[in-house]
Amino acid sequence: MNISKGKKKNKEKLYSLLILLPSILLVGIFVYGFVGNTIWTSLTDWGEGAGLALNPIKNFVGLKNYKTLFFSFTQSGFRQDLVNTIFYTLLLLFGTLFLGLFLAIMLDRKVKKEGIYRTIFLYPMALSFIVSGTIWRWLLAPSGGVNQIPTWFGGKQNQFLWISSQKQILQFNWQNIWQVLGVIGLIFCVIVLLINIKREDKRKIIIWSCVSGIFALFAFVICPLIPPVLKSEEKHGLNLAIIGIIIAGVWQYSGYAMALYLAGLRGLSGSIKESAKLDGANEAVYYFKIAIPNLKPITLSAVVIMAHISLKMFDLIYAMAGADNGFTGHPSVRMYLTTFRANKFALGAAMAVILFFLAACFIIPYMVNSHRSRRPMR
Amino acid sequence: MNKVKVKKSFYYFWMIVLCIMFLTPVYMAIITSLKDPAEINLTTSWKWPTILNFNSYSKAFKLLKPNFINSVILAVSGTVISSFVGAINGYIFSKNKFKGSELIFTLLLFGMFIPYQIILIPLFQVLKTFGLYGSLTGLIFAHVVYGIPIVTMLFRNFYDQIPDSILESGRIDGAGYFSIFTRLMLPLSIPSFVVVGIWQFTQIWNEFLWGICLTKQSSNPITVGLSQLAGGQAVSWNIPMAGAILSALPVLAIYIFLGKYFIQGLLSGSVKE
Amino acid sequence: MKKMLVMLMVVFLVMGFAFAEAQQETMSEQTIEKVIKTNVMASGDLEIFSWWAGDEGPALEALITQFKGNYPKVNLINATVTGGSGVNAKAVLKTRMLGGDPPEAFQVHAGQELIGTWVNSDRMLDLTPLFEAENWFEVFPEDLINLIGTDEGIWSVPVCVHKSNVMWYIPANLKKWGVTVPTTWDEFFAVATKLQAKGIVPLSMGALWTANENWENIALAVLGVDDYNALWSGDLAWTDAKVEKVWMTFGKMLDLTNKDASSMSWQQATDMVISGKAAFNFMGDWAAGYMMTTLKMVPEKDFGWANTPGTTGAFQFLADSFGIPKGCKNPTAAVAWVSACGSKAGQDAFNPLKGSIPARTDANMSLYSVYSKSAAMDFANDSIVGSLAHGCVANEGFMNDFNSVMDGFMKNRDAKAACLACAEIAETNGMTK
Repeated sequence: MNISKGKKKNKEKLYSLLILLPSILLVGIFVYGFVGNTIWTSLTDWGEGAGLALNPIKNFVGLKNYKTLFFSFTQSGFRQDLVNTIFYTLLLLFGTLFLGLFLAIMLDRKVKKEGIYRTIFLYPMALSFIVSGTIWRWLLAPSGGVNQIPTWFGGKQNQFLWISSQKQILQFNWQNIWQVLGVIGLIFCVIVLLINIKREDKRKIIIWSCVSGIFALFAFVICPLIPPVLKSEEKHGLNLAIIGIIIAGVWQYSGYAMALYLAGLRGLSGSIKESAKLDGANEAVYYFKIAIPNLKPITLSAVVIMAHISLKMFDLIYAMAGADNGFTGHPSVRMYLTTFRANKFALGAAMAVILFFLAACFIIPYMVNSHRSRRPMR
Repeated sequence: MNKVKVKKSFYYFWMIVLCIMFLTPVYMAIITSLKDPAEINLTTSWKWPTILNFNSYSKAFKLLKPNFINSVILAVSGTVISSFVGAINGYIFSKNKFKGSELIFTLLLFGMFIPYQIILIPLFQVLKTFGLYGSLTGLIFAHVVYGIPIVTMLFRNFYDQIPDSILESGRIDGAGYFSIFTRLMLPLSIPSFVVVGIWQFTQIWNEFLWGICLTKQSSNPITVGLSQLAGGQAVSWNIPMAGAILSALPVLAIYIFLGKYFIQGLLSGSVKE
Repeated sequence: MKKMLVMLMVVFLVMGFAFAEAQQETMSEQTIEKVIKTNVMASGDLEIFSWWAGDEGPALEALITQFKGNYPKVNLINATVTGGSGVNAKAVLKTRMLGGDPPEAFQVHAGQELIGTWVNSDRMLDLTPLFEAENWFEVFPEDLINLIGTDEGIWSVPVCVHKSNVMWYIPANLKKWGVTVPTTWDEFFAVATKLQAKGIVPLSMGALWTANENWENIALAVLGVDDYNALWSGDLAWTDAKVEKVWMTFGKMLDLTNKDASSMSWQQATDMVISGKAAFNFMGDWAAGYMMTTLKMVPEKDFGWANTPGTTGAFQFLADSFGIPKGCKNPTAAVAWVSACGSKAGQDAFNPLKGSIPARTDANMSLYSVYSKSAAMDFANDSIVGSLAHGCVANEGFMNDFNSVMDGFMKNRDAKAACLACAEIAETNGMTK
């Protein structure tokens, strides 16, 4: 009996592998193969010359393209795009998740005609970014659109320039980039340290204190001694122009977050809500202390999907702000232009690789968490 | 009693405000599509058109009809194939795990994070090598391949919610590897098919960059057709707006009619992990 | 199992590397000379690639109809790609050319956009024999031919010509405000002060590429024709004091524009002039097409034009042209197409509908609008220089980097830094001697 079970299991394992094989092969070629292709291209100088020849000459130049992107003054736009990416992703995530959660909580009570409200909040997802980008471009044009709304109520026209805005807050100087990174690392370590202090995990407290110490040393002692990475000052920060684009993105995808959270809230059995009520908890307490903590897995899944969507922001930014607005720039737009407008294929490939790694960062916490929850507890 | 009424009207007030905010862009699109080109101006963008110019819709429809058909073929085939690939993959990763399947899944998942612009040139070259460039088949193929990670993830999460005991009883009854899938899992997966189907349909229908680079004129999907409407030096915006509304209608219809099932599908744990 | 997977992944990555190095098939030797000698009637598929659509569609259709009349056996496939201010068309074209699937003929701006991108990569067929056979050396202006050719040959056939140094205004409004049309930059600044006092925006502007166009108008004005040409041939250094003066004048001009320029399309900037919010707008002469066709305004009566300040006697041009890539499947039909593009009948069918002027000097001017007639006279009499913003004098790599320099200048208004930046990007893009 056991032998035939073992045989059966092996046969099934074989089936599984065979069925997965096409997917593995396809993803292997079309994802990993192409990524390899892009990485290789980024290490050459393809495009510095007759880029479009039938057999272009590509010389291996190592990390030169990456050095150009991070430290040459012609690529200050790319560096701002990188800073923008961080803000785009964070603001889009927070915006959609918060608005989605809010809408889900609003709809969680038994409302009449819930279907209509749900459809109204969900329908923006049906549109393509290009369509919604074009419409929002009109809505956020400084001399028309949203700025005219105060005039309907007798007020003055709003003066905020939205996508044309040149204002920037939270500025820092790229010459101090190592220090900035050190400080960010330090803040991260301190947060983890505080979490571990709360958990009273002695071993981890010691580890994270040491790491924090190293970061502090790096940021405040070593960095001032390093020569500046750029010849002249270069300011970067949060461009207020991206707010317009975030609004469009949040409008489009908060419905999806709402659907997720609504499903999650409904999934919490009704009896929990009843017993909470009986214990005297009012709505606010129920939501904050009971419902929301249970939605953590949903949030994690939503984060992965929204990160996937934020890569497609290319269409939205392109339609709303056009190709050359440096304030709303994103590496995907710049990569597209560098490759297809300037014919600098290798430089574009380097941008693409950086973009890919940035995006992949979002999958790592998800994977770690998913692995942990699937492995049996120690 | 009054307190409840105040609370209720407060609630409805905010719901209406939110609905207005969500519907404003559609309003803008509709009135622009009904205006005469000379009337379309930034400063008067909120104004209702003086004459309702419905022929922007007929013009847009005429121009977009071939692309519309292409998009339907593209999106439906792509969605159906994607869903089945996702279902069988999800079944394996969830219920038939083997040593290393987790690693394969993680590696597959990275495929979700490829921005489409990056792989444009190699994708073109590979499709051309296999003779798939220019036709809808090539585009369907590309969408299916790059959809594998996300559909697999969605189905796997869904199947995780189905208790193993169901499979156990199935095995006791003598069902084999494949019949468990076809007779037990598939019937239970309808909600997940709805979620995955809606998601993939939306993504494929609205995708632009591959549509324009990987197809030739006769196979252009509707997103390309739309951009042709808005091309040129001087754009009369009523036609592109009309076109945009027309092209969004099929997907909108799906959301309106299947929205309930979408939520139900999510409820059944499609994305619970 | 895990080891095997990792190995598999490595294999794929390496395959990707190797694929990148795969050689393309070599294309057979074709020359225009051979095609002309064979002199067979064109037939079969002809795929033409352009980015004309929307309001320019009718013009292309007219040209196609005229062509089909002469070559009924040819199946013409109009592979137009619009959107994205031409970048999408470029993406599709370049993807196809890299992948070895060229169209029979494609639209390209005459000048460095063609030469820097395609000719240097040896992807175009030399059209000199065709020019000789069709007697085009007599018909196209010499300055134009110099700009579309190199020492090794002539690479495209110009279809239409646009003028980029045009200043648009509404005569009735100027009269109302009591200002006259300025002809020099000093006059413009004086007029601007007067206008600003009345709350009128002196100069309306749109998104970034319009700023580039304004810059080239100022460069022509400040440098004059000879130094302007010297700048692009590499004889005048970007760091020269004269070039710095260009940037400083440009900075002063920026102060006179509307603050929300970057979110406006060029038509919306033109709308500002028409509605009286702004006084002047610098734009290529497709603005005339917009005003006449879409807005149904009458030239000279409803709107007026002049050369941008300081550019009297100069014609800053851009030309759309068609070239034939090497390796196209039907060179005979391709040659037939470009000859139609360069023919008198073809150009007279196309240009009146597009609102541009023909590249040929022997066109039938009675078919053209009041504006086009005046532009054609300028084309025949003025000195012709190339446009920067439209791909004539600088290659695509430079233009892409120039956008970043412009973006930076608009932030910090530092003329010296802009000059240094331009010098550096000119060098990286191979534009210095």
